Amino acid sequence: MSTGPVTPPRVGIGLASAFLPPLVALAIAAVVGDLLILSFGEAPSAVFRLLVEGTWGNAYGIGQVLYKTTTLACTGLAFALAGRAGLFNVGAEGQLAAGGFGAAVLGMLLPAGTPALIAVPLCLLAAMLVGAGVGAVPGALRAKFGASEVIVTIMLNFIVLAFLNWIVSSTLHVPETLHTPPIVAGMLPRFADSFPVFRGSAANFTIVFAVLAAVASWWYLFRTRSGYELRAVGLQPDAAEYGGVRVPRVLLVTMCLSGALAGLGGMNFVLGYKGYYEEGFAGGAGFLGIAVALVGRNHPFGILGAALLFATLSQGGLAVNAIVPKQLTDILTAVVILAVATAVPEVQTQLRAAAASITASFYRDARKGAS
Amino acid sequence: MILLTFLLQTIRIAIPYLLAAAGGVMSERVGIIALGLEGLMLAGAFGAALGSYYGGTAWIGLAGALVAGAMVTGVLAVATLRYKANQVVVGVAINLLVVAVTRFYLRRIFDSASNSPRVAGFGGEGAGGMFASFVNPVVWMGLAALPLLAWVLYRTPFGLRARAVGEKPEAAASLGVAVNRLRLQGLLIAGSLASLGGAYLALDQHQFSDSMTAGRGFIALAAVIFGRWEPVRVAVACLLFAGAETLQIQLQGSQLIPSQFVEMIPYVLTIVAVAGVVGRSVAPASLGKTE
Repeated sequence: MSTGPVTPPRVGIGLASAFLPPLVALAIAAVVGDLLILSFGEAPSAVFRLLVEGTWGNAYGIGQVLYKTTTLACTGLAFALAGRAGLFNVGAEGQLAAGGFGAAVLGMLLPAGTPALIAVPLCLLAAMLVGAGVGAVPGALRAKFGASEVIVTIMLNFIVLAFLNWIVSSTLHVPETLHTPPIVAGMLPRFADSFPVFRGSAANFTIVFAVLAAVASWWYLFRTRSGYELRAVGLQPDAAEYGGVRVPRVLLVTMCLSGALAGLGGMNFVLGYKGYYEEGFAGGAGFLGIAVALVGRNHPFGILGAALLFATLSQGGLAVNAIVPKQLTDILTAVVILAVATAVPEVQTQLRAAAASITASFYRDARKGAS
Repeated sequence: MILLTFLLQTIRIAIPYLLAAAGGVMSERVGIIALGLEGLMLAGAFGAALGSYYGGTAWIGLAGALVAGAMVTGVLAVATLRYKANQVVVGVAINLLVVAVTRFYLRRIFDSASNSPRVAGFGGEGAGGMFASFVNPVVWMGLAALPLLAWVLYRTPFGLRARAVGEKPEAAASLGVAVNRLRLQGLLIAGSLASLGGAYLALDQHQFSDSMTAGRGFIALAAVIFGRWEPVRVAVACLLFAGAETLQIQLQGSQLIPSQFVEMIPYVLTIVAVAGVVGRSVAPASLGKTE
């Protein structure tokens, strides 16, 4: 018999673990959705057909999905970047709102007719800086005092939203409304301006920035030294510190970057859609970012896909509203989060156990063969 | 007289905080992050409205609240205890889930996007006069919840085990405490208390309205942290936050301080507390770790 080294079979679970979350999520969501629709006395097939037709079945639906994808991609990236460093940024909601507010205020203050080539980058910078500023608070408190960023970000959401509400309602609003005066520079073109089929939908070119942000996040995380340090802190802070990483600094920088990504999402509504900041525009997109990051496995490109999924669900709710309440898809969204959070670790454990037993049986057979 | 009115209104506002915060203390002391308080309260409010609507009395409403709370607690317990899912993620998901489910069934059952029809509450019209709130047994439950919890935590075997599980589950397990079962018991108590807090809102307003808890679960969570997970301190925190709210309502129109700044008080105080600027808040050691 051969006496050379035996090579165990490569039992890969990488691919399975990448595609598992969305598949598990969709399967469970489909079952729960069926039950809910049946409880309403409607036919699931009719409802799901309407859901698909109302989202991917026409240009308007696609446009709306892409619009919602943009914001969700930004908040998902925000959560994922922090998550890679072992931080829970539950504050994307406030950072998103603040970023949008920053862009709206700068867009108002710039001289009218500032060329887009100057105004857009400035507004983008404003959105990201304000978001980063909000993210810096939990980052600094965690880095300096070890304060739980979960608690600080949750509490800060309420503070930021109340503060913005105060500014808008006391001074900076168009009478009889809760939105700021329209911006005079920095407006981004909508898809409908170039492609008339998208008429009426909110899809706009902010999505380009969201995709760029995903690429930049990937580059930062996996191709730069700072990104390496960030991931090291997330995997094992003590080891990272021993290896010379200044952990508090990484925590602070990461929360700032995370806040900046969430703030970027504010551009979508302000510069891409309405042209002003409006009370409550974030509408939960900050919290949905957690779902997006979870399904996207904290990977920037996975997040783009997951954002499409949740945007489809969100827009799909409006499409089915005629026969079942639109909250059907909100329920499905929450179910998807719970399913991924609970089922995926479980299934992965099983997969790993299976892979281990295949490898073990290979060695057993190899030993038998050798003897 | 003004002081008495102030005190009575403060107590009225504090009741849901006291109940939910008692649930929060129970949950976090056994090591489970209480991010889902808002959802548990909202479920309780919806269950109370349903029970009271179909049962015709507020007592059946309370039973409905407990059932709804237990259902949500069940989801929470399966996810965090059986499958060891991340507690922050589960908490956020629970809150989203309950908002969506209550809206869905609000339309299914009452064919309304905003509120249920009028349901029975406690006490007839005008009963008790100025002290009308005290006809309501939930008020008494709210006032009793945290002192009772203090007694349970520090004076009973269950409380001792609960604290041991929250601080050092391995040590508790080595002494024969069934950690997961104890956590489940703690969660069920927490869910019941928080859902009663929600029931108070629905029965007090004689209806369920969409998202009627309006962040109260998070104020309760703030009180838990600001009160350093100690029942008596937490009760004081709840009364303090409710007092600030009462002050804001009574000063309305005087424009002394913008109402938004009064709203911020609980959250700012909590951040200051966790940052440890004045007397640091330290969480139970196993909080959030169910691996």
